[in-house]
Amino acid sequence: MITKITHTCVYVLNQDSAYDFYVNKLGFTVHTDAPMGPGARWLTVCPPEQPELEITLFLVAEGGMFPKETVQAMTDLIRKGTFGAAVFTCTDLMATYEELTRKGVVFKKPPTKEFYGFEALFVDDSGNWFSLTQTAAE
Amino acid sequence: MAPEPYQKIYLYKRIVQAKLFIDRHYAEKIDLHNIADEANFSRFHFIRLFKTIYGKTPHHYLTQVRIDNAKRLLAAGSGTADVCFQVGFESVTSFAALFKKLVGTTPSAFQHGQAERKKAVAASPLQFIPNCFAETQGWTKNSNFGEAAF
Repeated sequence: MITKITHTCVYVLNQDSAYDFYVNKLGFTVHTDAPMGPGARWLTVCPPEQPELEITLFLVAEGGMFPKETVQAMTDLIRKGTFGAAVFTCTDLMATYEELTRKGVVFKKPPTKEFYGFEALFVDDSGNWFSLTQTAAE
Repeated sequence: MAPEPYQKIYLYKRIVQAKLFIDRHYAEKIDLHNIADEANFSRFHFIRLFKTIYGKTPHHYLTQVRIDNAKRLLAAGSGTADVCFQVGFESVTSFAALFKKLVGTTPSAFQHGQAERKKAVAASPLQFIPNCFAETQGWTKNSNFGEAAF
């Protein structure tokens, strides 16, 4: 019986920049930050109220699972905003939108009422997009 | 975010401004009444709106920010007394008591736990990385990490 997700993966183009985005702008906490040899680093962060879910900020770089042509293809796709990586929720969407905008986070869509509830879309420093919601029930 | 406050964008901007002020100035002596005054709210209205948006009063939010930053500084190795004053508390005793109440452990025990974990990550990082990632990255072949035998 599967019980829960412990890790999920967001492919990023620069881990220093991703650290700044996810920690200093979004307010996530660092779970593990371990150097893994030259140019390699295992970096995971957690949403503030979900310390058991590690979001791996996985660097798209040549070597390991990524051959050169895959790196190029992945980089192009991430940069042009192909990948929607997750849906986050927050206590108050309008306030969170206002705060993140002030911190320089780019939104593709401002808070909008949808069938599901209120939703906004923002983009990380690499180009991955995320949905930010406040469900109608909240 | 009910439709009514959604239309009152300026209220959000002022409350968010106050929240960001706390985020930036938590280490200073903050008078939350002054924040309400500067935001042109009555104190009661300010506290009510802040709690509606963030789920806690400005005072509780300030305490949480201070404790979160205390955890960060303790994890980085600063001493309890230094941390207490660096995050804006004025009494080490009350800081330690509040920390234990909110975090569930004393500042020194928290620091010890963080130091132990940091040591473990440095000595055996592969214990903290799912093998599917470590193996595809070729990290399991690197004997320098000194991973513990299973």
